[in-house]
Amino acid sequence: MTDLQIPPTPAPDNMVLSPVKQSGLGDQMKAGLDAPICLTWELTYACNLQCVHCLSSSGRRDPRELSTAEAEAVIDELERMQVFYINIGGGEPTIRPDFWHLVQYAVDHGVGVKFSTNGSQIDAAVAEKLAGMDYVDVQISIDGADAATNDEVRGEGSFATAVQAMEHLHDAGFGEFKISVVMTRHNIPQVDEFKAMADQYGAQLRLTRFRPSGRGADSWHELHPTDQQQRDLYHWLLNRPDVLTGDSFFHLSALGEALPGLNLCGAGRVVCLIDPLGDVYACPFVLHDEFLAGSVRDEGGFQKVWQESDLFLELREPQSAGACASCGHFDACQGGCMAAKFFTGIPLDGPDPECVLGHGEALVEAADQALRPVGQDHSRPTPVKFLGRK
Amino acid sequence: MDFDASRPYRLHERVALRPEPFGALAYHYGNRRLNFLRAPELVTLVETLADHDTPRAAFDAAGIESRRWPSFEKALASLAASDFLVAT
Amino acid sequence: MEPTDIQDQGTSAEAPDTPVVDTTELVEEELLVEEISIDGMCGVY
Repeated sequence: MTDLQIPPTPAPDNMVLSPVKQSGLGDQMKAGLDAPICLTWELTYACNLQCVHCLSSSGRRDPRELSTAEAEAVIDELERMQVFYINIGGGEPTIRPDFWHLVQYAVDHGVGVKFSTNGSQIDAAVAEKLAGMDYVDVQISIDGADAATNDEVRGEGSFATAVQAMEHLHDAGFGEFKISVVMTRHNIPQVDEFKAMADQYGAQLRLTRFRPSGRGADSWHELHPTDQQQRDLYHWLLNRPDVLTGDSFFHLSALGEALPGLNLCGAGRVVCLIDPLGDVYACPFVLHDEFLAGSVRDEGGFQKVWQESDLFLELREPQSAGACASCGHFDACQGGCMAAKFFTGIPLDGPDPECVLGHGEALVEAADQALRPVGQDHSRPTPVKFLGRK
Repeated sequence: MDFDASRPYRLHERVALRPEPFGALAYHYGNRRLNFLRAPELVTLVETLADHDTPRAAFDAAGIESRRWPSFEKALASLAASDFLVAT
Repeated sequence: MEPTDIQDQGTSAEAPDTPVVDTTELVEEELLVEEISIDGMCGVY
């Protein structure tokens, strides 16, 4: 380094910036972090609904659920690890008797909470209480822009219940709650109506990917979007940067410009799932032993599972493109979603079943659905049966 | 809020910094925004900004090479734009 | 610290006491802050 290249006095005003050449943030995220940035915590498998495509096959409470004290201990760990934000779900988390206590405990300990609900417990009084709470976000789940479309998946009366919860939140001045929709063949045509609904209530719209997880596997072949619908949805999302997706459509980035987000699978790297029993999975869409990393009840608790479990260390290794190596789009789509591949019975080192270039179709056709992996089932004896369109 | 390099700045009290190998994660509990600080020097800067009259004084004190100052100014400006830094 | 990263355009490499005519220096920008939505990571719902 010669002195001649350094000006005698600093003159940053005379500097012109040339474009950035830098490795992507994604590469650093893929290698994993000392703590998750965000995680999903299903508080209970109990649910008052029996949605057709429930990713956690919820319905019945499992008697081995974490106790209040055990849940508090998990929150203490999350605080120590500086996990900023968690998504609480289930089942229906609000029907756990200690739900409000745990939410308050989390925010009191520096952990922001978003909880996902069907809205059945959000009456006017609850909405008022929520409006007064800081660091708590609410997400109402619907799967149709009208009762007919929604209730086909979530059960009779569920749309009305959800809308009532939205009304209460709006009237209480809660502010921007979230409306979250799982995109299927039947509701993708309703995207503009979902946006209008969100605008009407001053809410943020969130659209997420339908995966063949939990009970979703039973109807995935009939309900997942068509190729054209995937393209339409992608373009619609590109034009609406204010619509959230939870980065769940990163497989669509092979269509062109990447959608906002990290654009990669966060499972075991930046996110994970804690289930009602304290079992830690790579993500909520892979509730199966194959993706079970450990338990918060093990010695060392959640931190040890996150930082040292074999599964998560393996997921943080560089992943090869496998069968996608010859495709020029692998950098954009990363081979798609592990859960989607796993539960359609196709190889994990190959294309996504909904690969936008069509590379997954033949594999799905060829896979013997009778042999595909099946996760745990917490359904009640009479779940909503998917009747299909006439 | 426009970044004014002639004013002193400080980290917003609702921002948490979490050290990472690449620098730090910064999360604003108030507006729920998340920023990645991609250089350890930037983390030090953000933590010591309040001790100096201007950002450039902080750069100097932190021993940051002058050719990097434009990039660091841009970084501070974007943090100020998302309310992670406030002018004191 | 990395002179190879710096592209010098218009600045002559003369001794410090020689008047510099054009002081514009092209410096490679580093992207030091990146924002990602807390909702922008796949694997939460």
